[in-house]
Amino acid sequence: MVMDYMLSEEEQMIVKTARTVATEKMKPLREYYDEKEEFPWDIVKEFAKADLFATYIPEEYGGFGKGVMGLVLVVEELCKVDGAISLSLAATALGALPILIAGNEEQKKKYLPDIASGKKIAAFGLTEAGAGSDATGMATTAVKDGDYYTLNGAKCFITNGGDAQTYTIFAKTSPSQGARGTSCFVLEKGDPGFSFGKKEKKMGIRASSTRELVFNNCKIHKCRLLGREGQGLMIAQAAFDNSRPGVAAQALGIATGALNEAVDYARKRVQFGQPIASFQAVQHMLAEMATEIEAARALLYASARMIDSGKAKRTSKESAMAKLFCSEVAMKVTINAVQIFGGYGYIKEYSVEKMMRDAKITTLYEGTSQIQKNEIALNLIKEYASKSK
Amino acid sequence: MNIIVCIKQVPSLTNVQIDLETGRLKRDGVEPMINPFDEYAIEEGVRIKEKVGGKVVVITMGPPQAESALREAISRGADEAFLISDRAFGGADTLATSYTLSLAIRFIGDYDIIICGKQALDGDTAQVGPGIAEMLNIPHVACVKKIELVDDKSIRVERVMEDGYNLIESPIPTLLTVAKEINIPRMPSLRGKMFSKKAFIKILDAVTIGADTKKTGLNGSPTRVIKTFTPPPTKRNCGEKISGAAKEVAIALVERLSKLGII
Repeated sequence: MVMDYMLSEEEQMIVKTARTVATEKMKPLREYYDEKEEFPWDIVKEFAKADLFATYIPEEYGGFGKGVMGLVLVVEELCKVDGAISLSLAATALGALPILIAGNEEQKKKYLPDIASGKKIAAFGLTEAGAGSDATGMATTAVKDGDYYTLNGAKCFITNGGDAQTYTIFAKTSPSQGARGTSCFVLEKGDPGFSFGKKEKKMGIRASSTRELVFNNCKIHKCRLLGREGQGLMIAQAAFDNSRPGVAAQALGIATGALNEAVDYARKRVQFGQPIASFQAVQHMLAEMATEIEAARALLYASARMIDSGKAKRTSKESAMAKLFCSEVAMKVTINAVQIFGGYGYIKEYSVEKMMRDAKITTLYEGTSQIQKNEIALNLIKEYASKSK
Repeated sequence: MNIIVCIKQVPSLTNVQIDLETGRLKRDGVEPMINPFDEYAIEEGVRIKEKVGGKVVVITMGPPQAESALREAISRGADEAFLISDRAFGGADTLATSYTLSLAIRFIGDYDIIICGKQALDGDTAQVGPGIAEMLNIPHVACVKKIELVDDKSIRVERVMEDGYNLIESPIPTLLTVAKEINIPRMPSLRGKMFSKKAFIKILDAVTIGADTKKTGLNGSPTRVIKTFTPPPTKRNCGEKISGAAKEVAIALVERLSKLGII
């Protein structure tokens, strides 16, 4: 039996559709893409055909309007099978969020329907070599001249970089104004002066492309500005508030996949004349894994529902909690899954090896676990301070 | 181009069990599914529509639960669905089924191509498709593996034969039954599933289609199942296994086959 999270009929359809695509289309190719480090275009096409890119996008822009929960359910279900190929979809959501949050009607109509249909995938460009956890340290600039902005600088570690067609990019428009001097722009692959640098080789999520983006006198019309000048970091924060549950879902999916593998293996593997699942040492590991995963799921779904309800002004704390907990659980669970497999768990032929490598990124990107704790603590203290006034 | 696809809901293949006492399929509690051959029929109908325009209407005769099969067909790209359902249709054999479906098709009217799966997984008769065509007095081609050409007057198809295929041209309207070689059915998309949930399924009963209830259901079925049984396993003579190096095996095999006069 599974816990009942009272998913609506449509949410159950989302889960079922994602499961079919994951097991029938993605599973046979997951080792191939991990090994070759190629961008999984043929699977992306399957996601598109099944309408999986559309769940969180509002209906007026070609989506299903199922909010963060819609995104979370797709990502979790796909990542139970593969946490790397699925990232093409999850990172597209992150790239699309600034448009959803700050775009005007014209910008939304121009970009979102193609993203909902899966015709175009997106990417989010904030991180730079010298600006990771501290985004205010970015060096990329956008200088306004008449109706145009000229971008110069470079972004690094950009998921879907080079393969995406639509990019939301953060650059300083008033370098002297610190956090309030940053703005967000939409860039399109092929914009003059916009090119791609080196593709990174990674420990995990190897089916996902991670590239450098280079802006060399890249001139774009002012209609590409999202929101107003200076709102960049606010837009980025709002995007993270909605996207971190997506990372949490990725982590939760990977953890669940690893638990499934570990239980199956423990029931089949015979040592000392009995299945290793009969040993209490193994049982306790499995029990902890299952309990933590269920707790993570409950926290994630509650956070996603809270964000979708629109009742809270800010949800940074809740989305950070979900991401922190799910990603830490994913790391712990995948390490234990490998442990249960013993030596076999270290061999590439068994999928837990890959799951452990893929899980690690979830504690790092879109803010490390430590940054999530800062976020949680800051908001927690603020809440108490405002209550005691 | 208006296409009517006839489908049947059957017990899910992987779960079917036979009641050893009665010799019948145990249908209780078995999740139903669309007859697999009918999935090819739906897909082919949708492909024709996507190529030349028109609409795909899917129909099934069955109890009220068969509505879920129609909704699935809509999620796979069909536009409209009719459930042909009446107590008087129950217990129909292939003759009564063909009669009822042909009347429903007449009632719906305005069709160019009717597509059926070549046979159903449970009954396995392959008679209903051709039966409908006879009752509608239109041509039919059974066991089609490819549609080569379709225009508003005729259709050219490849029919599977044991040793190749026939290229057949038929005027329109016509009925085709399709084999599994014809396509790979798409997976239902999320949009399709959500749309199908809201789709209105029209129900056609005996009065609506003007059926003579003496010719429908059990009344209209001359077929009587007297007894069904599972034959006990028969003892077969063992074959001979020729083993050794590939070359020796080949020589020995050729010798044996020539001795038997096979080659």
